[in-house]
Amino acid sequence: MMPIILFYIFAVILLLSAVMVVISRNSVHAALFLVLAFCNASGLFLIAGAEFLAILLIAIYAGAVMILFLFIVMTMQTNLVQLKEGMQHYLPVGFCIAIVLVVELIIVAINWHIDPNVAEAARQPLLQNMSNTKALGSLIYTNYIFLFQMAGLVLLVAMIGAIVLTLRKRPTNRRQVVARQHMREPNQTLEMRSVELNKGVDDLGGYLRPKETYYGIAQEDSFGPKPGDKMDITEKRQEREQSK
Amino acid sequence: MNWTLAIPEIALSISGLIILLWGAIQKKGNAFFPCAILSIAAFVAVGFLTLTVSNGVGYNGLFINDEFSRYMKILIIIAGFLSIILSIDFNGKNDTNCFEYIALIVFSTVGAMVMVSSNDLMTLYMGLELSSLALYILCAIDRKNVFSAESGVKYFVLGSVASGILLYGISMIYGFSGGMGYSTIHQIIASNHALSAGFAVGLVFVLVGLCFKISAVPFHMWTPDVYQGAPTPVTTFLSTAPKFAAFALFLRLMIGPFGHLSPQWQLLIEVIAILSIIIGSVGAIAQTNIKRMMAYSSISHMGFALVGLAAATPDGVMGTLIYLTTYLFMNVGTFAVIAAMSRKGHVVENINDLAGLGKTDPGIATAMAIFMFSMAGVPPLAGFFGKFLVFKAALGADLYSLTIIGLLASAVGAFFYLRIVKIMFFDKAVEALDQRSLSLSFVTFSMGTLTLVFMLFLSPMIQMGQIAAQSLFH
Repeated sequence: MMPIILFYIFAVILLLSAVMVVISRNSVHAALFLVLAFCNASGLFLIAGAEFLAILLIAIYAGAVMILFLFIVMTMQTNLVQLKEGMQHYLPVGFCIAIVLVVELIIVAINWHIDPNVAEAARQPLLQNMSNTKALGSLIYTNYIFLFQMAGLVLLVAMIGAIVLTLRKRPTNRRQVVARQHMREPNQTLEMRSVELNKGVDDLGGYLRPKETYYGIAQEDSFGPKPGDKMDITEKRQEREQSK
Repeated sequence: MNWTLAIPEIALSISGLIILLWGAIQKKGNAFFPCAILSIAAFVAVGFLTLTVSNGVGYNGLFINDEFSRYMKILIIIAGFLSIILSIDFNGKNDTNCFEYIALIVFSTVGAMVMVSSNDLMTLYMGLELSSLALYILCAIDRKNVFSAESGVKYFVLGSVASGILLYGISMIYGFSGGMGYSTIHQIIASNHALSAGFAVGLVFVLVGLCFKISAVPFHMWTPDVYQGAPTPVTTFLSTAPKFAAFALFLRLMIGPFGHLSPQWQLLIEVIAILSIIIGSVGAIAQTNIKRMMAYSSISHMGFALVGLAAATPDGVMGTLIYLTTYLFMNVGTFAVIAAMSRKGHVVENINDLAGLGKTDPGIATAMAIFMFSMAGVPPLAGFFGKFLVFKAALGADLYSLTIIGLLASAVGAFFYLRIVKIMFFDKAVEALDQRSLSLSFVTFSMGTLTLVFMLFLSPMIQMGQIAAQSLFH
């Protein structure tokens, strides 16, 4: 009885949060609802006795993928109006396809006969005296080793893609010689100033770039102000006042 | 477990890893050419391995090697080999000469080969993902070009949807038959003749996923944009290797596990073939960009190749195999000419940029004319024999309406192929194109020669095609 009640609780929350993912206007809310949906799906897996899949779902989807997704959503400027521009244009077509799919699914569901042996087979442990995780591992590394290695190649290709499409040598890159950076004394880069109330950085004379130490640690072809550039704060202030 | 069956795939993956390692330890910029040479050597070696590896089923029923898979794998390896040769000079022009490019083509080829050898729906999916994922990246690899990014994103988003539909179909088939292996599905279908609705939906979804890969109508929308945006050597690869792999899956699935259902899927394939031929031929007429035109041309070629499958006979499969072989030669040759199109170091892609090529560079113009005539199906050239064999098979299977519509549409298609010949030879010359490089000339002229003298190899090709087709029907 208990598993059935739990099943319906998880299933209802799962479906509701899935609906919310689609209809919520705020994309951060949608992402959070998706996390909720994953948590409930992993609850369903637990009821079905697949504890390894349940923990995978939490660790990979809720833990890693969705968190990354949230970061992307938060750091990206998405214009909802622009996103919904073509909506009215494509809605009728999409709606027709959705209806066809739903009708198909209903026909499939009507024709659904579950083999009476399936329920019995599902109750049997896969391999005697073996936990779910161990059984999965022993299958992956024996019967399905070919597919396992293929999956490895797929992930490798994904990694190559992420690197080759994003890593680029910009002319404005700044790189340091780490050893020299570590050799610096604190007083070469830090200066303690007491700041009065209601006074800003400008009033103190602005930022002072540690000129010497910067050139001391920068790599040779690295981007940075040229030695002739005006970096002294007094010169900058004079410039600003003149322009006023 | 007979692991040696997958030696060609394993060897090619290891060479991909070596290329990656070699490129990573080199100073940047120097790695592209040695990596390209390394990959060419790997393709040649793997080609020989593919020819010598034994037949059989291995890896617990996941993997199969037979005459059919050997034939298709050789086509795929040739496609990978030629795309690398095309890219040696081309990639210097738009600054995409990074070693990852080579490694990605190699891995995509591995994926395509695994697709061909799949004997299980899971192997099918893994091979498909490996081959497509590498292609998504390759399409977007020209980062300075906004069209390249568009092509990568479009292909990625639509390809993921197609993969999702394919997976959904696989899950349906698994649910209604209880097995993923082709032989299990074959037995289930053979034992109960009534087809349950869920099974039919699953079959159609798998068909949709594969139709997307070969860009058959109505899943062809991505083709023109992706072809246009991707760098030309990538487009060459995209229009050959993954299509051959998806076609191999199409033939293996439809003839093998779903062979007993042929009366049910035959009409579906017929409709897809007719629509692809018509939309491909008509759509190409209005194009001004030559890569977009080639995209529509490849849509119609896929339709013609599907005619052989619609016949569902060994002769039909043989016709499809010969068609794909001739398509490889014509297509790679045409793209080599397109890759050679540049003016003052800038790539040009308009059809009108070919004007007067017959006077300024008669050699390449003649080769292009051979490809165009062959694609239009003019008799002594390679393209004619492919079309002849598929339509002969269709007539043999009493598919008269399909044959008539196909022949009419191929006459429409001849228009835009011949228009290119007209522009090259009879229009007023504009500024001459840049001096073409040696590698592009090599590909153009070797493919031109093969297209021209294909009829000399016709009978051994037909024999090989028949052996390959027979191995599907057992």
